[in-house]
This record gives sequence, structure tokens and C-alpha cells, in this order.
Amino acid sequence: MSIDGSQAVAEQSNQPKPKRRQLSDRSIVNLFIWPALLLLIALNVFPLFYSLYLGFTDYSAIARQQPVWIGFQNFSRILNDEQLWKYFATTGRFALLSVGLQTLVGFGLAMLVNEKFKGSGLLTTLILIPMMISPVVVGLFWKLMYNPTFGFFNYLIGFTNPSTAPDWLASRFAGTPVPGMALWAVVIVDVWMWSPFVMLLVLSGLKAIPDYLYEAAAIDRASAWFQFWRITLPQVTPLLLIAVLFRTIEAFKAFDLIMGMTGGGPGDQTELISVNLYRQAFLGQWRTGRASALAYIILIIIIAISNLYIRYLNQMKGES
Amino acid sequence: MSNFREDGPGYPVTEAIRVDKVSPKSRRLLSLRAITVVVIAIIMLIPVFVMAITAFKSRSVIVSHPPTIFFKPSLEGFVFLFTERAVVNKARQPEFKAAAEAGELGLVDRIALESGQEVTGTSDYVKRLKNSLIIAGLSTIFSVVLGLFAAYAFSRFDVLGKDDLLFFILSTRMLPAVVVTIPLFLMFRQLGLNDTHLGMILLYTVFNLSLAIWLLKGFIDEIPVEYEDAAMVDGYSRIQTFFKIVLPQTLTGIAATTVFCLIFAWNEYAFALMLTSDNARTAPPSIATMLGRGGIEWSAIAAGSLGFLIPVVIVTFALRNYLLRGVTFGAVRK
Repeated sequence: MSIDGSQAVAEQSNQPKPKRRQLSDRSIVNLFIWPALLLLIALNVFPLFYSLYLGFTDYSAIARQQPVWIGFQNFSRILNDEQLWKYFATTGRFALLSVGLQTLVGFGLAMLVNEKFKGSGLLTTLILIPMMISPVVVGLFWKLMYNPTFGFFNYLIGFTNPSTAPDWLASRFAGTPVPGMALWAVVIVDVWMWSPFVMLLVLSGLKAIPDYLYEAAAIDRASAWFQFWRITLPQVTPLLLIAVLFRTIEAFKAFDLIMGMTGGGPGDQTELISVNLYRQAFLGQWRTGRASALAYIILIIIIAISNLYIRYLNQMKGES
Repeated sequence: MSNFREDGPGYPVTEAIRVDKVSPKSRRLLSLRAITVVVIAIIMLIPVFVMAITAFKSRSVIVSHPPTIFFKPSLEGFVFLFTERAVVNKARQPEFKAAAEAGELGLVDRIALESGQEVTGTSDYVKRLKNSLIIAGLSTIFSVVLGLFAAYAFSRFDVLGKDDLLFFILSTRMLPAVVVTIPLFLMFRQLGLNDTHLGMILLYTVFNLSLAIWLLKGFIDEIPVEYEDAAMVDGYSRIQTFFKIVLPQTLTGIAATTVFCLIFAWNEYAFALMLTSDNARTAPPSIATMLGRGGIEWSAIAAGSLGFLIPVVIVTFALRNYLLRGVTFGAVRK
């Protein structure tokens, strides 16, 4: 980037005084914005309309046949498919569990590191590392961590004998199946990875609380408990909400982590809706029309959540 | 602990210091807090630590029970990751052993020989890494350049429906990859862009564009307009002001944005998985399918993971003051 800039500067300073027609502000705006917008339209907006159309057709991307218009059949079939409802439910449970726990852990962490002590800055930065790692690599690596014989996880939580230890990703505890365990394993990793995100946002909220509020409370001999409920919590709520909404959207999109860790298994216990969508659209099935319809249903859910999020952001901006 | 009432806090209490914060009780609480944080941080960093050391474990150490943290470091994982190998048949083994003892074999060959294999060439992963570098690098340049211009325009001019446009741009980032990929796959197939570098660069440019615009707009918003006004009074054109006044002042912001775009493109998995197969496949989807003899090649995966861990550690430290902006797309700035 800087190369482009300096070249342009050099070119311009070589010419003594450019007497060419100056660009009007309006044309500068157009020149600056349209390339970006056009790209977004070509690779985001157009595909969305295209897939809306495909959602109303019977079509497979690997068949020689052209899309056939079948109206709302795809949508009605999806909404009547119990299997898919189950995947939606799994996704919802995953989102609820992981976002809930992340909020708690992240908030707690933020409260702890908010008070400065020697090395707190370094520790805060270190804690943030997990959320920047590629989710698929995290998933793969935790698959190794969870391994009942040579993984570290069981060993660290105190199960040293593999035959009596939980096999997390197979949803088995000492040989007996425990349904839901694999989902919990995924939740644990998601919480490990993203609690720091909540911490980061809450921390910025905590830092912004003016000291005089606490001073006034201390003078009035308000208890720490009272201070927390009446000052801290209300003041960080906006940022906490942003974090929660953000994570909820991401939880509904969760794909990389699952693909790296379980691939939807065992059985379909961790089959989140986006993983299933991938399966329907690409892996073996190639039901392009039906997958497009399902994609739209997911999209509507996510748009609903992000609308909340964006509206909230706007509101916050208006206040500050 | 000293008695606060008799000894005082140990240093002059100025007006700015709250007495309740320097009392022995609160200082004890602070050290308790510090210990708790240290313990939590250690727990949270165990996986990262394990990840880093596993890269230097050989295949047999990784699958041994119980898992160890003390072991003889080996570069086997890296050799497995970067080379194509074949099993040395029984008849030729003495010949290889002799060569190894005579010191005729290089380090890589010797490590491969330890597991009874000979190196036959470089693996696909080398190509995948190269693809990752090309695609992440070029797409980052494009999205930062395009983003910078757009961000400047959004920051400084009245654009019709500005807020709506900006939120539209942000919302494109919220779309799940799988949803966009189905039509993109068909589009790319029509245009012959499937599994090409150009297609992936375009896609990643768009993927990071919203982030770049939002982040850079935030940075440009912070530069006082007065500088530009003064420059324009002195006879600079808009374009000159942009390059000579705004650009130098945004350099830090541009650097931060560039690093964020780079790391997100480097980490991206879903698009690459669905839109590439061989020619333009990047590292993340291929690391997930690393299979060796008899199952998952853990040592190679661990070695490959290091290629994702190290950049992240560097980036996290380099950008610690900008992380908040980066992960919220510049929406939260404090």
C-alpha cells in the first residue's frame, strides 16, 4: 500500500504545477467508492439474488439439467423435514450454551484483569491469543487434545486411565454412550477460544466507567456488591450486549471449528445447520436448489440477529 | 502486612489515589486477584503451549500414553509435512543405513529414514502454502487499497444514504460462507474461476473489504479535517491532500488493517474448502486432510499448525492496542 502511495506522491511532485482540470468532489466520491461497491455487488449481492432464484428451483449443480422452477416446494419440504429441525435445534443449543458460558467467563475475566497489577497487560494479551488462531486448526488440534489415549485433556482433568476416561468426541464415557458429550466438547473449545473476545469488549466498557461514580459510592459506604449491580453492570451492558450478539451470529455460522473437530459426528450429534448445508450443497448430494432454499432460511435468521446488532450499534453511537 | 492506620500506605497519598484502594485489605485482594488471573491465564494457555511443543514431537511420541511434555525434540513433523516419501524396501535398507552413517544423507533424509522412509520429493503442502501466501497477500493489498479510498470518501464527504451503505457493507461480512458459496460456485464455474488464484483473490478481497472500510474509516475519522482544509487553502487539490496529508497520518491504521486482513485471509477455511480443489487450494483446508500411513498424520498436522500459531502470536502482540477495533470491525474503538 505505502508503495502505491509514495509512487503517486512522487509522480505528482515531479510535475511542477499540474494545470489539469481538477476533479470535483462528487467525482472523487464516485471514483473512490464505486470500485469497492461494485466488487461487493458482484461477489455478494448478485450471488444472493442468484441463490434466491435457485431456492425456488429443482437443480443440481452436477446434473446436465437446467434449473426447473418448482415454487415453494423446497421451502415447504425443508420446513417439514424433522431431521433439519433437529439440526436447527442442535445449532440453537450450541449457540445458547457457548454464548452463555463465554459471556460468564469473559465477564469474569474482564472483572479480574480490570484492576491493574504488575504484568496484567501481558497476561491480557496472552489470553487473547486463542481467538486469533484459525478455527479449523483449533478444531483439529483439540481433536488431538481430546483423544482418549494420547490427548492431554483427559489427563489434565484427572482421567489417567483411558479405559475409564471419557472419549469426548465419540460421546462415550468409559465405554457407555453419553449423548450430547461431543456437543459439550465443541462448546468447551468454543468457550476457550472466544471468552477472550467477550473479555476484550467488557474490558473496554469497564475502562470507560468514570472513577467518580465509584468514589461517590465509596463515600456513601456502598458495598462492593451494590457497586457492582448499580454501577458496573449497567455501565458495561451496552458493550456486553454487542459481544453477545456478535457471538450469537458467529455461533449460528459455526463451521470451521466443527469441520476440524468432529465433522458433524459422532452420528449427527454435532451436525450444526451450516455443516449440514455444506453436506447438502456439495458433499456427494449436490442438491443445489434445496440447499439454496435452506441457505436462505439460515440467512433470514442471521439477518434478524444482525439487524438487532446493527440497530443496537447505531443506538450506541447516537448516545456517545 | 503493615497496619495502615499507623504506617500509612507506604507512599504519599495524593488526591488522585483513592484511600480504599491502597488499604492493606484491598492490596491483599489485589494480589489474590493477580494470582487468580495468573492461574486462569496458565490454564487457558495450556492448549497453546501443547500446540507449540507437539510440533516438535515425532509420530511415536505423539501417540504414546500418557502424553508427555518432556521428550526428545524431533523435526519429523516438518519433514512429513513438506516431503513426499516412500517406504524403503528391506533389500535397500542396509545401503541407506550405510549412507546415513557415512554422513552422506542430509538432515531431511536422515529423519525420514528413522521411520524407514526415503524422501521422493516435496509434498503438495509446499504448493498450498505458496497459494496461501499469494492469495492472502494479493487480496490484502487489494482490499486495503480499495478500502482506503472508500473509507476516505465515506469519512470526508456526504454520500447519499451513507449510513445505510456502511451498514450494508458491514452486513456482507455477517453472511455465512456456505450461504454465499453455493451461487458463487456456479458463477465461478461459468466464468472459469473455480479453483483459480484469481477467483480466490477476488473473493478474499471482497471478504476483507468490509473490514478494511470500517477499520480505515475509523482511523481517518480521527484525523482532524482542519489539516486538509489548511492544505487545500494552500492550493492542494483534493487528490494531493489525500496523498500528502491523509495518507501519511493513516499509516499506522493502514498497517493495522493490513495485518488484520492478512491474518483473516491466512486463516480462512470455508471458501477455500468449497471453491478450490487442487490448483488454488490454500493451506487451511489441506492441513485438515493430512493423512499418512495408518490414519491421521498427527506430527505433520502439529507441525503445520505452528504455521498458524506463530503468526497469530506475533500479530496479537503487535496489534494488542488495535485488537478491539479489529475484531469488532472498527465498530468499537475505545
